[in-house]
Amino acid sequence: MTLMAIAFYIMALITVAAGFLVITAKNPVHSVLFLILAFFSAAGLFVLLGAEFLAMLLVVVYVGAVAVLFLFVVMMLDVDFSKLRQGFANYLPIGGVVALLLMTELIMISFAVADRGAAAGNEPQAFTADATNIETIGRVLYTDYVYLFQAAGFVLLVAMIGAIVLTLKHRTNVKRQDISKQVGRQRKNAVAIVKVKTGEGIKE
Amino acid sequence: MTIGLAHYLTVSAILFTIGVLGIFVNRRNVIIILMSIELILLAVNINFVAFSSYLHNVQGQIMAMFVLTVAAAEAAVGLAILVTFFRNRGDIEVDDASMMKG
Repeated sequence: MTLMAIAFYIMALITVAAGFLVITAKNPVHSVLFLILAFFSAAGLFVLLGAEFLAMLLVVVYVGAVAVLFLFVVMMLDVDFSKLRQGFANYLPIGGVVALLLMTELIMISFAVADRGAAAGNEPQAFTADATNIETIGRVLYTDYVYLFQAAGFVLLVAMIGAIVLTLKHRTNVKRQDISKQVGRQRKNAVAIVKVKTGEGIKE
Repeated sequence: MTIGLAHYLTVSAILFTIGVLGIFVNRRNVIIILMSIELILLAVNINFVAFSSYLHNVQGQIMAMFVLTVAAAEAAVGLAILVTFFRNRGDIEVDDASMMKG
């Protein structure tokens, strides 16, 4: 149990510290890298809670896809980030006070819920060898939640189409090969026979 | 020195607060704001999974999966809007993003 506690404190500390560095780092690229670290340690917390599948999902989806997407965009946009940091100190006092109040309230509620809520006194779920985490999730996800599962797929499809539509740019000055136009080309549209009088040449 | 539900909820609360604070202090930088939203959603996920584990009910993990789906979709669309915005204006300052003001 002590080993679990040590692992928890390490993961939790890294998650919180990385989260804090995400919002304070001067360079957005560093922010993205700290975001990756935060997600990775949060995946460790998920493993401690017995949610192995979600932990792996977090690593694959977030570290593998979303964070890399962020990295792409941050590196692609040529922006003066120091200019964007102006006003950081202006909002810090009031934001800090609000955040402190919010955090105090949330932690108080957390302790109250953990002390007297529905889960009070429970031990974390232990998955046995005959019903693994993935199997348990699959049994519920593909039966009770199958419509929501399909809806989640639609959400992803719409997001994909939306992102493509938003970023697609039609350039007008680019020549592209149009095969149907090439094949449909006829002699009378392409070649003209002109009788040229001597010494006059051709006028357009 | 056992780790209880309150420990996980506290981590989640701190992470949530960091996300909110990030939106506050980085008002001009949309990229950091998007990352702060991701942090907030991660805090929500930790909450879901912690309760799922301590209530011995797998539905919380299913909900966390849906949150993950929506977060990924949101990041993709948000970054696409950001790229379009940058293309139109050559800058990503949100403070003067008032093109659509009448």
